[in-house]
Formats: sequence, C-alpha cells, structure tokens
Amino acid sequence: MARAAVSGRLTWRVSSLASSDELTSSARRLVFEVPGWPGHLPGQHVDVRLTAEDGYSVQRSYSISSAPDGNLVELAVQRVDDGEVSPYLCDVLTVGSQLELRGPVGGWFVWRATDPAPVTLVAGGSGIAPLMAMVRVRALEGSRVPFRLVYSVRTPEDVMFADELRRRAREDPGLDVRLVYTRRAPEGSPEPPGRLGVATLNTYGWPAEFNPHVFVCGPTGFVETVSDVFVALGHDPRRVRTERFG
Amino acid sequence: MSDHVDGNALAGDLREIFAVDLTVATGQCAGCGYRGSVATLRVYQNAPGLVARCPHCEEVVLRLVRAPGRAWLDLRGTVSLEIPLSS
Repeated sequence: MARAAVSGRLTWRVSSLASSDELTSSARRLVFEVPGWPGHLPGQHVDVRLTAEDGYSVQRSYSISSAPDGNLVELAVQRVDDGEVSPYLCDVLTVGSQLELRGPVGGWFVWRATDPAPVTLVAGGSGIAPLMAMVRVRALEGSRVPFRLVYSVRTPEDVMFADELRRRAREDPGLDVRLVYTRRAPEGSPEPPGRLGVATLNTYGWPAEFNPHVFVCGPTGFVETVSDVFVALGHDPRRVRTERFG
Repeated sequence: MSDHVDGNALAGDLREIFAVDLTVATGQCAGCGYRGSVATLRVYQNAPGLVARCPHCEEVVLRLVRAPGRAWLDLRGTVSLEIPLSS
C-alpha cells in the first residue's frame, strides 16, 4: 500500500461523487469513487481540479479523512462562503457528477501504524480530516498505540464526526478524545469556552518525555500557536508535524 | 505573515513532475544554511505560481510556475535536496 502510494508520476483521474452528507451546517462529507485508486496512508491528501467550459481551471488540496477502502476516498469539505471551489463541492456537485482528482500525495504528514511511539493529534475546525483518517486506520489495524486527540471547535454544532468520535472514545482502546470549545460550550460543560492554551495542550497531550509524534492540522494561525506551544513544552520540533490550510 | 500553508501543499504539483515525493526530501536553504523537510517550507499560493520560503530566514528557496503544457521550477535558493530513495 505504502509503496503503491509513492511510486510513479501522478496523473489526474476522472472521479465521480458516490455520496454526499452533511457533517455540520457548513461542512459536507463527500465520498468519491476514484478508478484505480492505489490506497493511501492516513494524513495524505488529494488535489481536486475543476475546469470550466472556457478552460479556466482551479485546483485545491483536501486531506483524506477515510481509511483505505477500495476505490472510495472520503473528504470533509468546509464551505468557505467566498471560496471558488468549496461552495461548488458542497452545494452544486450532485451524486454521480464527475471531477478530476489526483493523489494520494504527501508523505510527511503521515502516521504509520508500524510506529510504536504515542501520538498526540490536535485539530482546529475542519483540520480534523487527516487526523480522522489516522484514528480510523489505527482502529482498522487493531493498533494499541496510545492516541490522544484534542479537537478545537467554536460550538458543539461545529464538531465533525461527532457521533463517531463519541463512539470511538468509548470503544477504541487507548484513544482519548478531548473537545475544546472556543465560543460556546455545551450545557453542563465543566470548562467555560476559550482558546486552546498551554494548560490544555499540556494536560491532554502526551508529555515531551514520552517522545510522542504530534500532528497539528487547522487554520494557519491555529497551527502556528499550537506548534509553538509544543516546542515550548520541550517537544522535538522535528516530531511536531503540521498541516496548515491557509 | 499568516497567509501561507505548509510545503505539504507542494506534493501534488511536484509529483506531477518527479517520480518520488519531494516533500519528504531534506533541503538546505542557500540563504541561511537551515536544513529541513520540504514539507516544512512556508508556501505562498497568492502569486502567479507557488513560492516556498525558508521557515527560518524567509528566503525564497523554491518557485514553481505553471503554464499550459509546461512548468518552471526555480531552485536557486536551495543548496541541495537530500531525497530518500527506497533501496
């Protein structure tokens, strides 16, 4: 699988939308059927290309949120209201429609199930997508590598994969999930809403002495802040891997 | 400046040209000598092409410009790339 994912030059593949569901009021889960998909590693992404009739084309990168599953590739797409691509993907593209997709790409922001080091995952908003793939592959492979996920969202309604995360936190041995609300916390929440800070990351992430892998994905400012905190907490900067989505 | 993404974002465009994933290569900046993974470069996409800067000194280390049927890759800001190969 890993080998298939890294050898040979990359070409665009015409792919069709197999299903589309609401993840939150502003994000959708899109599953594409990609002929000849070679499989992927959790954390890798795809490029999506849209081409207009006049030849104008635009491309965007999206992290894969699914574990390998034949020719199916799941993306979690946050609608950016003034965006060129995401409103089309979320609101216009219908099941059965086609677009061009290429991947999987990127071998750096990747978790390998053979690596025994503990893992801290930190997501901001739709940055959960590649981390979700890691959590799912961990379960699929029956891995006992200890995972801690800290997921920052504005409000309880913004949690993507909420039901699945709740279930996995209960059923996947060695997976801890901590939600942090920045604008509004659910009723009865022990903590008031607030930005993800040093104390939370120190408490809910693995300590630097455990030499964990740290994967941080989210908006640029979020990733910058969080990765600085981990380095300040004594983590080896080379083990703090980031994926910013601008 | 916060309008950049990571070097990870170069993966697709570089894999269209090269047979291996260059984002896992270790590059050395010609400006300050910093060595790091291509995936950790700061990539600015709001230009006629992709501009990747050193995360340490912000020198431009790689530029990739596309046109129909061709691409230009400017690596003058990179001393070398150490590329892992499967033996």
